[in-house]
Amino acid sequence: MSVIYILLTVSVIVGVAFFFIFIAAVKSGQYDDSYTPSVRMLFEDELVKSETEQSTHTKTD
Amino acid sequence: MQNNTCFHCGDGCGNHTIRYQEKSFCCNGCKTVFEIFNENDLTCYYDLQSSPGAIPKEIEGKYDFLSQQNIIEKLTEFRSDSIEITTLYIPHIHCSSCIWILENLNKLNPKISDSQVNFGKKTVRVTYNPEATDLKSIVLLLSSIGYEPYISLDDFKSGKKHINRTLIYKLGVAGFGFGNIMFLSFPEYFEVNEFWLEQYKPLFRWLMFVLTVPVVFYSAQDYFISAYKGLKAKLLNIDVPIALGVSVLFIRSTIEIMLDLGSGFFDSLAGLVFFLLVGKFFQQKTYDFLSFERDYKSYFPIAITKIDKNGNENSIQVYDIKKGDRLLIRNEELIPVDGILINGKAKIDYSFVTGESQTVSKHSGDKLFAGGKQTAGVIELEAIKSVEQSYLTQLWSNDVFNKNKEDGFTTITNNISKHFTIAILTIAAIATTFWLFTDASKALNVFTAVLIIACPCAIALSAPFTFGNLLRIFGKLKFYIKNACVIEQLAQINTIIFDKTGTITSNKNCNAEYDGESLSDSESLVLKNSLRGSNHPLSRTLYSILDEHNIISLDRFDEHIGKGIEAGHEDVNLRIGSASFVGNLENTSVLNTTVHISSNNVYKGKFTFYNSYRKGVSKLFNQLKEQFDLVILSGDNEGERENLKKLLPSKTKLIFNQKPEDKLEFIKYHQSEGAKVLMIGDGLNDAGALAQSDVGIAISEDVNVFSPACDAILDATKFKELYPYIKASKSAIKIIKWSFLLSFIYNIIGLYFAVTGHLAPVVAAILMPLSSISIVVFTTVCTNILGRRLK
Repeated sequence: MSVIYILLTVSVIVGVAFFFIFIAAVKSGQYDDSYTPSVRMLFEDELVKSETEQSTHTKTD
Repeated sequence: MQNNTCFHCGDGCGNHTIRYQEKSFCCNGCKTVFEIFNENDLTCYYDLQSSPGAIPKEIEGKYDFLSQQNIIEKLTEFRSDSIEITTLYIPHIHCSSCIWILENLNKLNPKISDSQVNFGKKTVRVTYNPEATDLKSIVLLLSSIGYEPYISLDDFKSGKKHINRTLIYKLGVAGFGFGNIMFLSFPEYFEVNEFWLEQYKPLFRWLMFVLTVPVVFYSAQDYFISAYKGLKAKLLNIDVPIALGVSVLFIRSTIEIMLDLGSGFFDSLAGLVFFLLVGKFFQQKTYDFLSFERDYKSYFPIAITKIDKNGNENSIQVYDIKKGDRLLIRNEELIPVDGILINGKAKIDYSFVTGESQTVSKHSGDKLFAGGKQTAGVIELEAIKSVEQSYLTQLWSNDVFNKNKEDGFTTITNNISKHFTIAILTIAAIATTFWLFTDASKALNVFTAVLIIACPCAIALSAPFTFGNLLRIFGKLKFYIKNACVIEQLAQINTIIFDKTGTITSNKNCNAEYDGESLSDSESLVLKNSLRGSNHPLSRTLYSILDEHNIISLDRFDEHIGKGIEAGHEDVNLRIGSASFVGNLENTSVLNTTVHISSNNVYKGKFTFYNSYRKGVSKLFNQLKEQFDLVILSGDNEGERENLKKLLPSKTKLIFNQKPEDKLEFIKYHQSEGAKVLMIGDGLNDAGALAQSDVGIAISEDVNVFSPACDAILDATKFKELYPYIKASKSAIKIIKWSFLLSFIYNIIGLYFAVTGHLAPVVAAILMPLSSISIVVFTTVCTNILGRRLK
């Protein structure tokens, strides 16, 4: 067996794997809304802040 | 004025600011929303964007129908005992604060487990526990914080919406194939004559073949189908030469590798399909938040209150309304069927239907048409028709709504492909005959090479990229077009028909003229202050027109819904309202809207409201008159004829008193005379005309909310820019013609290789992507220059 078979198999497998990841991503609706996630990402800090505040509230209550 | 804008909604607070926690609010509604957020630690809402909110509206009783099981069933996408998921359309979503607050709904109602915003579509998907809360309370919660969802009859039928993603899959397959095949074909192109490469050549070739099969049979299948359909209808559309090229490429390459004649053209083939699909994808600019397919269902409510024989109020579905049913219409509710007014004072706002914003008064016994919105208290009416048979809704039974406008239209690409295909087949035939006599072994080779190289990839890409880019440019300029075909049709227009009310007139500002005895200072002071307290649209309009006065507290203030206002301060007693209310029994102008005033029971005079035309109407018409026939087609009476004559160029035709069907027939008649009609309208009464015309553009004050079915939506502020937009679409056609020329040059170069029998795979592999890419660059640069000129 030549090394080229191994290389070809690996490259094809990697290619096909990425292809299926792409299909799965499309299917999950990841590309349906391309704007909101970009904004949502920036909110993480605010979310944490208000959550901790609320949890302290409930503790003191 | 800087300090005087509302902290919540950003509107000016005027002179009646409400102060709370050192912040200004324009009304109690806004203050309440702030209080809710403040209590729940959600004031971050105001940090992300200043004044992001909306004034919450009165909604008492409006959403009672949401407790009905069959309606919940229709509005939810998933239902079980412990989980319900619903997607609500909220027109107010407009900034990052909106996303933030709506995704933190669980802070306001802990029974909501998850809420997710789709900003483009302006929807929020809410997951909640139906045992502890229900759809109605969620809708009420949203409304109370100024995010009132819009629920219409349209939601009733749709159920789960199917999203079509096939094009992305096809593009993915073609891209995957193209990339991998290119790598596999490189070694042979560079002619590395190493021993081991020679040895594995067949393996590489068959691998390419395997990768090409899905590209041809899956990604490119639309071209075969379309070509077959075209041939069946005896049309040589652009897909015919494409399908021919793809199949010749595939068959010849397969034979070549089977007989070990060469490496085939698999990379060119996959690249071709990939580029074509990219063009298709690019042309598909969609505006998620707009709908071009709306009919009356998007305007009508899902349910309405019915009063049964015993006087009980029940919510029933709009489709279940039968002739003879007694219906209760609350303030701000839409009348879903034609009916007779039985009880209450009706002041109907027909602006959805006609674009006319002034309300119409009706008395018991009068006929009410479906589509009007009640604006003054509760009324009762008896249905005299069912929903589908009402005067307005009947319009949609016209055939024109089932017709697809693109069907009868030959695009510029298909037009040229007819000649192109014939020319290519002729060249192929001549070249083959020539080679049959000189070197017969090469004849088949030349024949296939001509068909391969002539595959009109560049031609097929010209229009999608030009139009696709122009669609995006127009979209940024607030001119939203349904699809590329509309731009082409817009370029061919020779007649423009305008609706009057709401299209060339503006709903927002109105002019009023006073006619009668002049008012004393104290009287105008009381007038201004009494109007301030009234919510009636006419009072609001008049209030904004009158001069500023001091704020006084009135001694007496009484609003008689549907009649007028009675107000007094010290020794001045005013009655403001309809002629009969004021005590003026003389017959006054019937054609125009008026507000009458009397002081201490002495009739003073009246304010007459005139349509206020949009800025730049006159200029626009003067620009257009050179090239187009102009018509005003109005459903209104002739009250404005003289005004319009003064305003518009003399050759403009003015036609009044047109019913929705009349408008449709008028356009049909002119089309039969050979006119290419652009209809510009706004209300539901224009829906038939918009559908019948070659291009129907809806003018919209707020693109997010209302517009009838049409081909394009134009933001009202851009109305005066219409002429440059039409000019730009004409220039787009020119750009396409130039890029056709460019691709012909490539074709001639390619054909030289083909007919001389020298078409090596590497030539095709270079020439095909090169021509495609240069066309894309050329059209994109040209349309961008065009777009810059528009700004």
